[in-house]
Amino acid sequence: MAAERVVRLVGSSSRTVLRGGMRALLLLLWLAARGSALYFHIGETEKKCFIEEIPDETMVIGNYRTQLYDKQREEYQPATPGLGMFVEVKDPEDKVILARQYGSEGRFTFTSHTPGEHQICLHSNSTKFSLFAGGMLRVHLDIQVGEHANDYAEIAAKDKLSELQLRVRQLVEQVEQIQKEQNYQRWREERFRQTSESTNQRVLWWSILQTLILVAIGVWQMRHLKSFFEAKKLV
Amino acid sequence: MPRWAAAAGRWGWRLLALLLLLLVPGPGGASEITFELPDNAKQCFYEDIAQGTKCTLEFQVITGGHYDVDCRLEDPDGKVLYKEMKKQYDSFTFTASKNGTYRFCFSNEFSTFTHKTVYFDFQVGEDPPLFPSENRVSALTQMESACVSIHEALKSVIDYQTHFRLREAQGRSRAEDLNTRVAYWSVGEALILLVVSIGQVFLLKSFFSDKRTTTTRVGS
Repeated sequence: MAAERVVRLVGSSSRTVLRGGMRALLLLLWLAARGSALYFHIGETEKKCFIEEIPDETMVIGNYRTQLYDKQREEYQPATPGLGMFVEVKDPEDKVILARQYGSEGRFTFTSHTPGEHQICLHSNSTKFSLFAGGMLRVHLDIQVGEHANDYAEIAAKDKLSELQLRVRQLVEQVEQIQKEQNYQRWREERFRQTSESTNQRVLWWSILQTLILVAIGVWQMRHLKSFFEAKKLV
Repeated sequence: MPRWAAAAGRWGWRLLALLLLLLVPGPGGASEITFELPDNAKQCFYEDIAQGTKCTLEFQVITGGHYDVDCRLEDPDGKVLYKEMKKQYDSFTFTASKNGTYRFCFSNEFSTFTHKTVYFDFQVGEDPPLFPSENRVSALTQMESACVSIHEALKSVIDYQTHFRLREAQGRSRAEDLNTRVAYWSVGEALILLVVSIGQVFLLKSFFSDKRTTTTRVGS
């Protein structure tokens, strides 16, 4: 990247003269340019699940990077060997479509075949328990869905597209995603309508049945008691 | 080489480096995540943000209980930038005043037994451009600017679609809850009704059957 090259250039030409503060600023800017994603902490046996509600034939790409807290140096180490994450993806019918172990840094991909809520679960599968020792694991996660998952640089190189053609291709992908989402929306609205109508039916039948039960019970009660009291010679 | 030239050269490099780094666009992108928050739990997310970046945090509760959650956003020094309790949906835009790790937390600690599903969209800076734009010195042609404006319009369409989908998911989850509740309630009430009415009759009969020893003849 441009920032990396610039930092190396600066380093080689004025290595001894850079002040600590300047170096820190440059380092920070360089780190920022690496594109750090959102991160969160996860315990040793904890399982974190994320839900992606997507239409069918949609590609999902997830990138993650783990860091372990080093107690001696009191900072997060960049990468630890032997530390892995187990990724499990379930489709809306609770069928497992991806269940794989990845290293401390990994990338998983899947394409949905049924529309609905897909569940992506991550949990650590560390081989050396002593590494954790009451610490937390820091996981950087980035999930890209549908059109965002496309790598346009690769598409441009593969199909040899000009700049304008690539832009139009991006627009086409976006519009396709919108179409898929709207189809999915129609399917879900139908399900919603079915649920509402079923509730309506149930309430209607229940009211009628309840009235009949009440009347029948009332009649039975009166007749039973009447015959009971007549037998007791009280009536 | 004279000393002043060497010194000038060093300072020149430093200045150039700083200028170039400032021109490099900041990392952009959005993270859209839907996760489940169990009862009495708190989930925090962190992100390293450069100073001056405009960020937006938007969240919405999809399922669970009264569809509300506590949200809190803090800057690297721990100062609270945004804090709301029991909100169903909100959107917050801020500009990062300093470099560092910003953290935002969602809390369901006020709830005793309902899990909540929370969706959030954290946008940092601008989206990365389509091209590395190393040789982007000329202005965009008319076609290209038209493409850019269509792209922005479609992005907002997708954004609205997402919010609509979430609202629909919320409505549907309420309808499905109602449906199951009506089913259980009907069956339960039928059983209770039968048990109570038959029990009443037998209880009443037992009042009159035990009184053989005492004289409770009515109408004598």
